[in-house]
Amino acid sequence: MNLTLKVWRQNNPKDKGRFEIYKVVANEHMSFLEMLDVLNEQLVSQKKEPVSFEHDCREGICGTCSLVINGRPHGLLQGTTTCQLHMRFFKDGDTIVIEPFRARAFPVIKDLVIDRSALDRVIQAGGYISVNAGNAQDANAIPVNKDIASMAFDSAACIGCGACVAACPNGSAMLFTSAKISHLGLLPQGKVENKSRTLKMVMQMDKEGFGACSNIGACEVECPKGISLTNIARMNRYYFGASLG
Amino acid sequence: MLNGKIPQGPLSNKWTDYRSKMNLVAPNNKRKLEIIVVGTGLAGASAAASLAELGYKVKAFTYHDSPRRAHSIAAQGGINAAKNYANDGDSTYRLFYDTIKGGDYRAREANVYRLAEVSADIIDQAVAQGVPFAREYGGLLDNRSFGGVQVSRTFYARGQTGQQLLIGAYSSLSRQISLGQVEMYNRHEMLELVIVGGKARGIIARNLLTGKLERFAAHAVVLATGGYGNVFYLSTNAMYCNATAAWKAVKKGAFMANPCFVQIHPTCIPVSGDYQSKLTLMSESLRNDGRVWVPKHKEDAQAIREGRKSPLDIPEVDRDYFLERRYPAFGNLVPRDVASRAAKVACDEGNGVSPTGLAVYLDFASAIERYGRSKAISTGLANPDKQTIIRLGEEVVSEKYGNLFEMYEKITGEDPYKVPMKIYPAIHYTMGGLWVDYNLESNIPGLFVLGEANFSDHGANRLGASALMQGLADGYFVITYTIGQFLSNDIRTPKFDTNSPEFEQAEKEVSDRIHRLMSVQGNQSVESFHRRLGRIMWDRVGMSRNEEGLKMAIEEIRKLREEFYRDVFIPGKADEYNYELEKATKVADFLELGELLAVDALHRNESCGGHFREEYQSPEGEALRNDANFAYVAAWEWKENGEHKLHKEELRFENIELKTRSYK
Repeated sequence: MNLTLKVWRQNNPKDKGRFEIYKVVANEHMSFLEMLDVLNEQLVSQKKEPVSFEHDCREGICGTCSLVINGRPHGLLQGTTTCQLHMRFFKDGDTIVIEPFRARAFPVIKDLVIDRSALDRVIQAGGYISVNAGNAQDANAIPVNKDIASMAFDSAACIGCGACVAACPNGSAMLFTSAKISHLGLLPQGKVENKSRTLKMVMQMDKEGFGACSNIGACEVECPKGISLTNIARMNRYYFGASLG
Repeated sequence: MLNGKIPQGPLSNKWTDYRSKMNLVAPNNKRKLEIIVVGTGLAGASAAASLAELGYKVKAFTYHDSPRRAHSIAAQGGINAAKNYANDGDSTYRLFYDTIKGGDYRAREANVYRLAEVSADIIDQAVAQGVPFAREYGGLLDNRSFGGVQVSRTFYARGQTGQQLLIGAYSSLSRQISLGQVEMYNRHEMLELVIVGGKARGIIARNLLTGKLERFAAHAVVLATGGYGNVFYLSTNAMYCNATAAWKAVKKGAFMANPCFVQIHPTCIPVSGDYQSKLTLMSESLRNDGRVWVPKHKEDAQAIREGRKSPLDIPEVDRDYFLERRYPAFGNLVPRDVASRAAKVACDEGNGVSPTGLAVYLDFASAIERYGRSKAISTGLANPDKQTIIRLGEEVVSEKYGNLFEMYEKITGEDPYKVPMKIYPAIHYTMGGLWVDYNLESNIPGLFVLGEANFSDHGANRLGASALMQGLADGYFVITYTIGQFLSNDIRTPKFDTNSPEFEQAEKEVSDRIHRLMSVQGNQSVESFHRRLGRIMWDRVGMSRNEEGLKMAIEEIRKLREEFYRDVFIPGKADEYNYELEKATKVADFLELGELLAVDALHRNESCGGHFREEYQSPEGEALRNDANFAYVAAWEWKENGEHKLHKEELRFENIELKTRSYK
C-alpha cells in the first residue's frame, strides 16, 4: 500500500517544529512502528536524519511508544498501543498524520519523543507501599477477596504511557494517578497509607502542571489498557476523606 | 581453574551458615559507601531499592525514559516459588532438583539451591508490595504448572506477571528515590567500566538527551543489564535490549561464561516478512492447555501452506501431536529446548504450516471443550448442547489467557478461539552471561552481576517462570548480603575523584570509539549490519549447530565487523539525541559478542540444553551430553587478536546424580 505521512519534526525542545511529508510503501502485515522503520531506513539510505520516535517492547506492555495518529493517541483502535496497531487497519492511498503526545507536562525532546518523567515523580510522591525487603509476612497470611484482587489488577494494568494525558483537553493525569491510588488502596496491604498517599500524589500531580479533570472521559476511551473512570471517582473519594482528616 | 567460592558444608546449610558468618558493614559506614547499579529491570530495581533500604548510597542508571520500562515488564507467565501451597509435593529440594535437571546439569549446585531457598521470600515480598497475584475464591494465592516440572508452583498475575513484579520493584525504587537514598539517572547508557587499583569503581555513561559523556564513581558497581539475545537481531527481546554494559566489562577483563547457552522459546508468533523488527512470545503457560500438532501427511501440510486447506479440515486421525507422541510423560509440557527442537524437526521434515513452512499449531479446541463441560456441570446445566459447551469453555479459556489471545489476534488478524494458533521457536533468553562466583561477583573485584546478565543459575536451559525468580532473588535477597563481603574492606576508603587519570582515560576511550563510528560516514545503515549479523547467527549458531557452520560463522562475523567499521553510516551528531548512534554502539558490541558465542559453541563438543550440536545426538535425535569432558563452566577471556582464552570452572555434583535428561 502507498501511504503519505505527515510527520511532526522538531530538532530540539526549543525548536518551533513543523510537519514534513513523506511517501512510504507498506504492507498490511506490518505493525505501525515497522512502517516507520521502513520510512527511517529510506531516510538513512538518502543520508537524511530519520524520524525520532520511542518504542521498546513492541508487545504493548512497556508503555514506551506513544504517537498521536490522525488525532488519536495510539491511533484509531481501541485498547491498543501504537506498537500493536497493524497496517491492515489502513488503506492504500491513505494520508496519515503523526504527532507527538501533546501536553504541558510532556515537553517535546525531539520529533515524536517526549519527556514523561513527570509521571515518575507522581509515583515517587507516594505510589508505593512502604515495605522493606525482608519485612514481609507469609504471602497467604492476608486473604484478599478474589474480586477485590481482580479490581486492583485492573487498575494496576496501567502501563504509564501517558495517552490519558495526551487525550485530555486539560492535559490531566487524573486517570494515571487514580489508577495507582486505586491499585494500592483497594488491597489490604495498601490501605494503611491511603490518606497520605492520595494527598501527596495529587499534590505532585498539580505541581507538575497536569490539568484538572472536567469529566470528559477521553482518557478512558484512549487508554490502551482499559483503565476505567471509576478510578478517578475512587481517588476523589479518598481525597475528600483525607482532606477532612 | 576458576574458584566459585562456594561455602563448605552440607548443601541445605550453605547459605544460612555463610550468611551468619559473613562480614557486615555497620549502618554508620553504609551511609558513606556508594554503589552504582546499572539497569532497572527486576534485578536492578530490586537491588537498587534493597541496597538503599539498608542505608547504602545508590546511583541507579537506565537507558529508558523511566525505570519502569525495562524488558522484565514483558514476562508473561509467572514466577516459581517452592511454597508448596498446592500440597503436591513441592519443596526447596524439588525446585533445586528441577532447575539443575532442566538446566541439563550445567549449573552450579550451591547457587541453584540458594535460589530455591529464597524463592518463597520473593512471593512474600511481592505480595507485601501490592503485587496483585491471581487468587482463589477463598482469597488465597493460586498456582499453576509450567513446562519441565510436575508440580504447580508458579504464581501469576494474569498474563502480565513480569509487569506486575516490575511495578512492585519500581515502586520500592521510587520510594527510595523520594527518600534521597537513590539518585536516579534516566536516559543514561553505560559505555565504559572504570577500574581503579584493580577494582571496579565507576562508569562512564552517555547522557542520551545531550550526548554528553558523564563520569560516575562508587565503591562498587552492580550490573543488571539483561541478556544478549538481540545478537540474533530477531528475538523476543525488546528493541533496546543490548549487551553493551556487560561487553564493556568483558573488554576490561571480565569473563563471559557459557555464551553459547541461548534459549530458544517454542511458542512465538512466526516470522511474517523481511521488515520484521522483533518476534512476539506467546506465554509458555499456553502449553498447559494448548496441544501442539502438525498434519501427519505432507500433502495436507502442503495444502495448508498453499491455502487450499484449513487446519479445521484435518481430522483428528491425520494430526500428529508430536510432543505427546515423543514424550508421553511430559507431553506438551516438556522443557523449552526439547519442545523447540521437536518443532524444528517437524518443520524440517516438511510438515510445517503457514506459507513459510516454519510454523506448527497450538490448538485449544480440546481445552475449550473440557473446560466447557466442567463449567456446565458446576453451573448445574443438564445435557448442554455443543454450542453451549464451547461458549462456556471459551469463557474459561479467556479468563486464563484472554490477553494473550487478544495479542495474538492483534498481530496476526486470526481468532485463536476458532483457528489454532501458529507458533514457531524464537530466541528468547540467554543462560550465558558474565561469570560470577557465589557472591555474584565477577573476576573483576567490586563488579557484581545480577539477573539475566550473569550466567549462574540456569545451566544450559532455563525453566519457565524462573527468570523472574532469579532476577528478584539476586536483587532482594542475595546481593544485599554478599556485597558486604566486598564493601566491608572499604569502610575507610574515601569517595573516588572522577578527575583521576583512570576516569580521564576511560572517558577518552569512549569518546574515541564514538568518534571512530561517527567518522566512517559510509553507505550502509546500522540496521542493515545488525540484520546481517542476525542472519548469520540464526542460520549457523541457532537452533542446531555443527563444526563446519560454526567455523564459517566466525569468519563471516569477523568480515562483517571489518565492513561495519569501513562502511557504516550514522546520521546526525554525537553531541545530541541520536538514536542511530545509540544503535551503532550496540551493534559494534554484538559484532564481537557474536564471534565469542560461536567460538564457545564450537569448543563445546556435546549437545546439552539450548546448545545442540548435530554431531552429538542419539539415533532418535535426542541431545547427547558429554559429562566426562564438558561438566564445566566455560568462562572466556576476550583477546583482541582472536585467540580468546578459556578458563574453566569445574562443576561438582555432590547432591544430584548426573542422568540423561528424559521426559519420555
